[in-house]
Amino acid sequence: MVELDISNKKNPKYVGDPLEIPKLACGAMADSQTFAAHPKHNTDLGFPPELIDNWKEVAIAKIGELGKKNRAFQVYLDICVKCGACTDKCHYFLGSGDPKNMPVARQDLLRSVYRRYFTFAGKYFPWLVGARDLTEEVLNEWYTYYHQCSQCRRCSVFCPYGIDTAEISMAAREILDSVGKGQKYCNEIIAKAKTIGNNLGLNPKALRATLEDLEEDLEDETGVKVRLPLDEKGADILLITPSADFFAEPHIDGLLGYAKVFHQAGVSWTISSYASEAANFGMFIGSYENMRELSLRVRKAAKDLGVKRIVFGECGHAWRVAYSFLNTLAGPFDFLDQNYPIPQHIMEFTHDLIQKGELKFDKSKNDEFRVTFHDSCNVARGSRMGDFPGGQFELPRDVLKACCNHYFDMDRDTIKESTLCCGGGGGLLTDELMDLRTKGASPRMTALQQVTEDHGVTHMAAICAICKTQFSKVMPKFGYEMDNILSVHQLVSNAIILDDQVLEEEKQKAAQAVQEAKAEAK
Amino acid sequence: MAYDVNGTSVEHDEEGYITNLSEWTKELADIIAKAEEVEMTDEHWAVVNFLRDYYEEYQIAPAVRVLIKSIKKSLGPEVGNNKYMYELFPYGPAKQACKIAGLPKPTGCV
Repeated sequence: MVELDISNKKNPKYVGDPLEIPKLACGAMADSQTFAAHPKHNTDLGFPPELIDNWKEVAIAKIGELGKKNRAFQVYLDICVKCGACTDKCHYFLGSGDPKNMPVARQDLLRSVYRRYFTFAGKYFPWLVGARDLTEEVLNEWYTYYHQCSQCRRCSVFCPYGIDTAEISMAAREILDSVGKGQKYCNEIIAKAKTIGNNLGLNPKALRATLEDLEEDLEDETGVKVRLPLDEKGADILLITPSADFFAEPHIDGLLGYAKVFHQAGVSWTISSYASEAANFGMFIGSYENMRELSLRVRKAAKDLGVKRIVFGECGHAWRVAYSFLNTLAGPFDFLDQNYPIPQHIMEFTHDLIQKGELKFDKSKNDEFRVTFHDSCNVARGSRMGDFPGGQFELPRDVLKACCNHYFDMDRDTIKESTLCCGGGGGLLTDELMDLRTKGASPRMTALQQVTEDHGVTHMAAICAICKTQFSKVMPKFGYEMDNILSVHQLVSNAIILDDQVLEEEKQKAAQAVQEAKAEAK
Repeated sequence: MAYDVNGTSVEHDEEGYITNLSEWTKELADIIAKAEEVEMTDEHWAVVNFLRDYYEEYQIAPAVRVLIKSIKKSLGPEVGNNKYMYELFPYGPAKQACKIAGLPKPTGCV
């Protein structure tokens, strides 16, 4: 494989162009392999345990079935005119130089087979139209290169036809699953979420213990009882957040931020142990059935707890599923309060309070950070926030600017709808793909290095559990510390002024003054 | 795929996590640590022992923060902090320490 030269700092003043087109390196990523699912991981999701004997017939039939069921999939396969606009838009191509990571080439891995079996020209003159037989080699190539797509959809923004490679990559993984060639990382996790309620495998007892521990931390920090309620019936708001928020850093600091915002807003809220996961990995493998099953847990939890609203925490593709598909997957949500967005994003909740002047911040608490914002791909390109176009870009920035004195954007071609993936999305956040993840992160890291050079930016904030974990692992490879990645609500948490806290401090000051007066009188 | 503990083989998965948790022994922990290029000290053992106790009660590894808080209580703030945990276990106190402690790998977006 081609080595990525990330330590080359001959001229420290010149950081380089994050979007610079690399020299082609054919086959550079051909050896990148993600672990195959164990038989049980596959059968847990209703897939064959291992590669079935008649895989070829089943795979071809599946392409036909998907084409009928999902018109977009067939249109995407039919309409590409090979204009080349997408070729340099994938972060994995930019980082690896492997031409099969050009979005059009990635699509063609499947398109060539589709042509062979489903188009007139491909059936009779395959050599004229780039059609090819489905062989085991092709199947393995699909497994290799469809697990080098994070389904971030950056390429689709630049395609004049709007072809969405993510849809094709999801379909390819669905075909692979249907013949017993699943991926360990995604399938093991989905099975856990379906039985335990979250991707981590955190059972209710452990979740309760963790939340109680964090409540202690909050009280130590603020002097105020800020709660993290679990399974409380009759609460107004159900918070659905990625289970990484109960486990990893800096995710947990974000969770503490949500808790402080809810506390200050004076609303009653709860987490559910039954639906303790926002992330819906069913989307990554293109499995409607699994995506639906996971979404129905959210519905059941909301009904059982009798809540009026559902708020989602900081999780990228969770928000895409929630915003774009939740109603069709698990709706109608006619039992919730229709005066609020269904579902609502925590960023909308916090932003709304800031707009109304109900949150106060001591921005100087974040003065040690010079911050930029990494738009997470599924939020940026798969959903929206607020009630105006582009709200998903503005709301997080507004919130950051409300609680930080030093905020700077990265290069315009690498943010908002053109944002670069963290390199770990779409079911690729697994250790055996670390080389791919590092290469995929390099364009974003170069964009970050630019603002570090130009504006002294020290930290990057994000609103996605995958982005946060990915950056904490890869940033040290690019000259940053692992804790240079922050949760947006971590910065909210640092700066927010809680009324109770102020009262408590005033009480203490008053008590101290009385003590001092008494001492003086003596 | 298996570790060899004095002639007994203990199976592990592609990433070195043992598949049958009841087969863990201190000797095995030393062998896994060696494979991970981690030299076990008393501080490493304090982390491993806490992870195992926590797992026994909750059937899952603790959040990194919970681990650090406990180590801070028992060994003081010089050891009980995030940075030092990564010095002890360069590939992360959650994943690498769990592997040595014979616990399953934490999964998800972590």
